[in-house]
Amino acid sequence: MSDQMESVEDFRMRARAWLADNMPKLDPNKEYNTNRVADREWVEHRELQKKLFAGGFAGLCFPKEYGGQGLSLAHQQAFTEESIAYEMPLRLNVPSLSICSGMLLDMGSEEQKQKYLRGAISGEIILCQFLSEPSGGSDLAGLLTRAQRDGDTYVINGQKCWSTYAYAADFATCLVRTDWDAPKHRGLSMIIVPVHDDATHLQRVRMVDGSDEFCEEYFTDLVVPAANLVGTENDGWTVGQRQLFYERQAVGGGSPYTSGRAPSRGSSAGLTLENLAREVGKDKDEATRELVGWQNALDTVNYQLIKRVTVGMTSGEYPAMSSSMMRLAHAEIPQNKMDAMLEIAGDEAVTSTVEGDGYLRSVGVQYLMRQGASLGGGSAEMSKNMISERVLMMPREMAADRDVPFREIRRGR
Amino acid sequence: MDLELSEEQKLFRNTTAKFLDDKIPVEKVRELNKAGGGFPAELWEQGAELGWAALLVPEDLGGGSISGNGFQDLAIVAEEFGRLVTPAPLIPVNTVIAGLVEGAATGADHSETIEGLMSGELVGAWAAYEPKGHWDPLNPSTTAAKNGGNYVITGVKDRVEAGDVAGVFLVSAKTENGVALFMVPADAAGVTTELVDSLDFTRHHALVRFDGVTVPAEAMVGNENSTAEIVERMFLVANALQCAEMNGVINRVFEFTVQWAFDRYSFGRPLASYQALKHRFSDMRTWIEICNATADEAVKAVNNRSQDASRLVSVAKAYIGTKSVQVIQDCVQMHGGLGVTWEHDCHLYLRRATTDRQLFGTPADHKRRIADLIGL
Repeated sequence: MSDQMESVEDFRMRARAWLADNMPKLDPNKEYNTNRVADREWVEHRELQKKLFAGGFAGLCFPKEYGGQGLSLAHQQAFTEESIAYEMPLRLNVPSLSICSGMLLDMGSEEQKQKYLRGAISGEIILCQFLSEPSGGSDLAGLLTRAQRDGDTYVINGQKCWSTYAYAADFATCLVRTDWDAPKHRGLSMIIVPVHDDATHLQRVRMVDGSDEFCEEYFTDLVVPAANLVGTENDGWTVGQRQLFYERQAVGGGSPYTSGRAPSRGSSAGLTLENLAREVGKDKDEATRELVGWQNALDTVNYQLIKRVTVGMTSGEYPAMSSSMMRLAHAEIPQNKMDAMLEIAGDEAVTSTVEGDGYLRSVGVQYLMRQGASLGGGSAEMSKNMISERVLMMPREMAADRDVPFREIRRGR
Repeated sequence: MDLELSEEQKLFRNTTAKFLDDKIPVEKVRELNKAGGGFPAELWEQGAELGWAALLVPEDLGGGSISGNGFQDLAIVAEEFGRLVTPAPLIPVNTVIAGLVEGAATGADHSETIEGLMSGELVGAWAAYEPKGHWDPLNPSTTAAKNGGNYVITGVKDRVEAGDVAGVFLVSAKTENGVALFMVPADAAGVTTELVDSLDFTRHHALVRFDGVTVPAEAMVGNENSTAEIVERMFLVANALQCAEMNGVINRVFEFTVQWAFDRYSFGRPLASYQALKHRFSDMRTWIEICNATADEAVKAVNNRSQDASRLVSVAKAYIGTKSVQVIQDCVQMHGGLGVTWEHDCHLYLRRATTDRQLFGTPADHKRRIADLIGL
């Protein structure tokens, strides 16, 4: 390489000064809710991303030719540490930058990278994923949405669901079936589609905690240019796998493409176990102290795990599927936290006064979404299949649909 | 796993593993256990020649390590000990050495004892527990009464690892000025030891009585003002070594259990093909990865004397103490009835890990300690 990479410490100093001059300080009283996004946040976060881009601090680990900075994971980690006290465009991290952009970098055409990857890094565009379908969750490759080639276009019909933040996105990476006679993995294609189109009906899905960040989409003859195909036709599974790799990495917390750090899943801003214990007057209670100490241990080891597996995967000593271990820890550990919160909040967890005193919203309602941690981003059970089959190399599960033309595979109703 | 080790540390691990496998494979440990357990003196002396008791000793006393990270190297040995349930006083001797080194700045010179320990001829043991007492090293009921230029030590210590063969004990006792640590020779008048039964055959624990044992004032290690600091260092060293050792145990047990799952067939297919079992293996694999990660961080923190070392050691002990025995019991389950037979190796490993888990603070103790350390 002709130009030497800036040292992490030099970079850290430069970032510290730039952040202080350019980014708004985080208001400690402002609530950052991991589960619900206020509409204004989308506007603000696009602006924040544009600021980062203008200052040369956007997409640190993406190559320069697509608007990134070509720096290392260590630089990104330093930047994240430095930016903790500032407003950051956290909403763009997942899925737009970490998952969709990561995949496009690896699999997209030059033209696609210049348009969508650069767009995402510069804050002009937000990307989302159209993957899951109502017909099946874990069996992603069994999807039914079809794309028919018609001259220079594809015509798409079908239905997608569980698309996080789709309502706020501009484009989606959409996995569709292009060949019904091939076995299920070999008839798929990945196509970039506009999210907002007259041929697409999008609606938000309300979850048990009242949030509605997931969407579902119905496509009726949605026409997109054939140039939007990522990779080659019917090789969509390869492309999708790459995207899923980035998804596991992002969900596990090990993505190089996220910037800034959000409060951990399942907790509202400021409500740590320690604070909760103090507020309910249990901070001297031995059982509570054990719960708090244990959660601190779990949060610590989770961070240590991410660090270790990321090092192992970067150096090539660990297989790519090792990221599934991060994903598993990221289910077990937040769930333990929610259980501990429920325990500590005790009888205050199920009611609140009109003014909001009590722990109904911050603990009780959060608890309703407990299993989200082992469902979102691929179920924990799928991760366990991955670890046993791809890390421990144990025999694969029997599959009734292997090597069978897709149209002959039995489906539920 | 050696993700962050230097080349020479990897080499050190390999030579340690090879040495142990040559000298004292698990079958040999079984034979020793049959003959009453404990460790063979010549093994420890040979180990000392390889530097097992020199890694925490400053260079001017003849110690040190090639890598310059003595505690990391020592943890490598501890991990290999765990893999083969090696019987030798690695943790007690090095913990005593850590205490003597830590106390040097504030008290009498104990370099002669350090040299003896380093050579492997002298075994040292930390007499910290008292009968029926829980882990509370700074609150002994044993007393050290000043008598002219001497101290007279009276009290009983329990669960003293290698207490039966130790030549010196590091004893905590109350003085008129607080709590102090004393080096007490095992052959001093008034010292009697009595073997107690131990879960881990490869380790002998003893009850040690000090009936008016007279030692000179220079037997004190550090002084009453530095006792807490010295004990903290020993505590961190002992716990981080236990973590490394438990890690060696579970990595090895998991290896042979995975192999078993491939080899064992029922209903015409290997155990490794059943999803219900595969999922349990995946959980175990993940927990072990976390154990490896957190043990490495704890060891590094002790090695570097990081500010956060106390918490990181307690995090590792709480986690590994909890998960290690859980993983081993799950592995026992995978072996079916065989796993709970005397003939199978599982129990040797379970004995070792359970003993490590219980002593120098249980996981529950460490959880509460974390709560203290984070200011709750």
